[in-house]
Amino acid sequence: MEAYISLFVKAVFIENLALSFFLGMCTFLAVSKKISTAMGLGVAVMVVQTLTVPANNFIYNALLKEDALSWIGVTGVDLSFLALLSFIGIIAAMVQILEMILDKYFPALFHALGIFLPLITVNCAILGGSLFMLERDYDFGESVVYGVGSGLGWALAIVVMAGVREKLKYSDIPEGLRGLGITFITAGLMSLGFMAFSGIQL
Amino acid sequence: MAATRKFLDKVEPYFTEGGKLQHYYGLYEMVDTFLYTPSDVTQGATHVRDGNDLKRTMTYVVLATILCVMMAWYNTGYQANVALESMGKASIDGWRNYIMSSLGYNSSNPLSCMVHGMLYFFPIYIVTLAVGGIWEVIFATVRKHEINEGFLVSSMLFTLIMPPDIPLWQVALGISFGIVIGKEVFGGTGKNFLNPALTGRAFLFFAYPASLSGDSVWVAVDGFTAATPLSLAVTGGVEAITTANITWMQSFFGFIPGSIGETSTLACLVGIAFLLYTRIASYRIIIGVFSGMVLMSLLLNMIGSETNPMFSLPWYWHLTLGGFAFGMAFMATDPVSAPMTNTGRWVYGGLIGVMVVLIRVVNPAFSEGMMLAILFSNMFSPIIDYFVIQANISRRIKRHV
Repeated sequence: MEAYISLFVKAVFIENLALSFFLGMCTFLAVSKKISTAMGLGVAVMVVQTLTVPANNFIYNALLKEDALSWIGVTGVDLSFLALLSFIGIIAAMVQILEMILDKYFPALFHALGIFLPLITVNCAILGGSLFMLERDYDFGESVVYGVGSGLGWALAIVVMAGVREKLKYSDIPEGLRGLGITFITAGLMSLGFMAFSGIQL
Repeated sequence: MAATRKFLDKVEPYFTEGGKLQHYYGLYEMVDTFLYTPSDVTQGATHVRDGNDLKRTMTYVVLATILCVMMAWYNTGYQANVALESMGKASIDGWRNYIMSSLGYNSSNPLSCMVHGMLYFFPIYIVTLAVGGIWEVIFATVRKHEINEGFLVSSMLFTLIMPPDIPLWQVALGISFGIVIGKEVFGGTGKNFLNPALTGRAFLFFAYPASLSGDSVWVAVDGFTAATPLSLAVTGGVEAITTANITWMQSFFGFIPGSIGETSTLACLVGIAFLLYTRIASYRIIIGVFSGMVLMSLLLNMIGSETNPMFSLPWYWHLTLGGFAFGMAFMATDPVSAPMTNTGRWVYGGLIGVMVVLIRVVNPAFSEGMMLAILFSNMFSPIIDYFVIQANISRRIKRHV
């Protein structure tokens, strides 16, 4: 249990996907103008991450890993070179399903997220989560915790970013820096604040 | 005084619209309003104006640091003199020796300590003022906004949180980062979201860790190592502090190695009292920080740990060690980077208090947590405000169903 808690804390704060690894930057910078939209996207990423990381973990362990197919009697086959390809496929399918659900039951959020919902498919934070899972050899339980934690960390980062950007509306930013420029600087300064966690060993 | 007023009035046409020096209006305005109360009056419908303007607010914050500054002079010199005595040295290398040789390096002579400390304080302060001032004037001139007294606060606070031994070029780099990236790119005082002085220090801390952490930077004598009591506590808990012959009273009054102006809890408390009396600092933030720290350290005391002695450090040591008191007095209460709602201020203060203990205790990479805790909470203050306002809106909607 304790191992799961420290993995969770690590995924949310210490190895925050957005502010420590700078993954998922395109959506992080583009959809952080309004807090409510950012929260919607954050929840969407969290849901997708929670589903895809364990799903990918299952696929990898049941089908792709060396000798993983022994349960149907095939041995000596190593399909792990297909991991990247199948991860992307799984993510795309999950996002498609999520999109249909949102369209049906939460049309307001669906329209607010707009183009960025399909773009979750190519959000590096999502694929990054699955690849970290692979690299660090998480078992199924750990991959669930890591999926929730890393998704929550990313959601937290984008909501905080949106809060800061709403405050910055009242700032008087030099013309050349308005828009993306100041957003990059803001993201950098925020990751300076998140450095508070760097170095914690759990 | 009448003569200066006359002179300022005489040169004013040069600086106003159409004058020869109109681009430098910011400079004129700075000198003018620093010396005299502006004669501006309200125009339009609103006729009530608070006498306590931004200029006075900022000047008061600088005034509140005065005791810290004096302690900075005394303690920096005192620590250096004690170190020299223990090393058996009667002189030091460099220009400071010319001035100090007539006074001697005697730790029981207050004058010698004071002057010796000033010789470390003023170079840092002057570099901070000069470099920061240049940036401030450049931005004010190009962007046509006024030069604000907020800069005096940032530079004073930045100086007080530097270690005495820091190379001056790093001071210049740090204040440049703090003023330009921390403040001016957002449009100047009041538009930033992080505390500029802390941003500058955090930049230096991560860029040049050797000059801002470790054991050899806290006493201004070459080749002398003295750990701050806080890093002693990291290795051995309270016992390590007491075996180094440091009592709680000593750390409360500030006679311990550390950053120039943050060692004395007493001086910071006097600053807090002044800021509260003049109603510049929010008591909610201060109480929030304090109680967050107390609760979190009591909780960690209860949990306990066999391998990490910091878990057992009681709250009254957390209060006096490191930059806690200074940060609580002058950094956390910065009205620009703190939340605007009253409920939000409680939450924000509590977050700082909890985070500072967490970083100090749990994170082995940094022994000091106040700077990062405040920067971290600065980031969260807009979102705290947002949730407080949303809660208020939904409560009022319910009331009128």
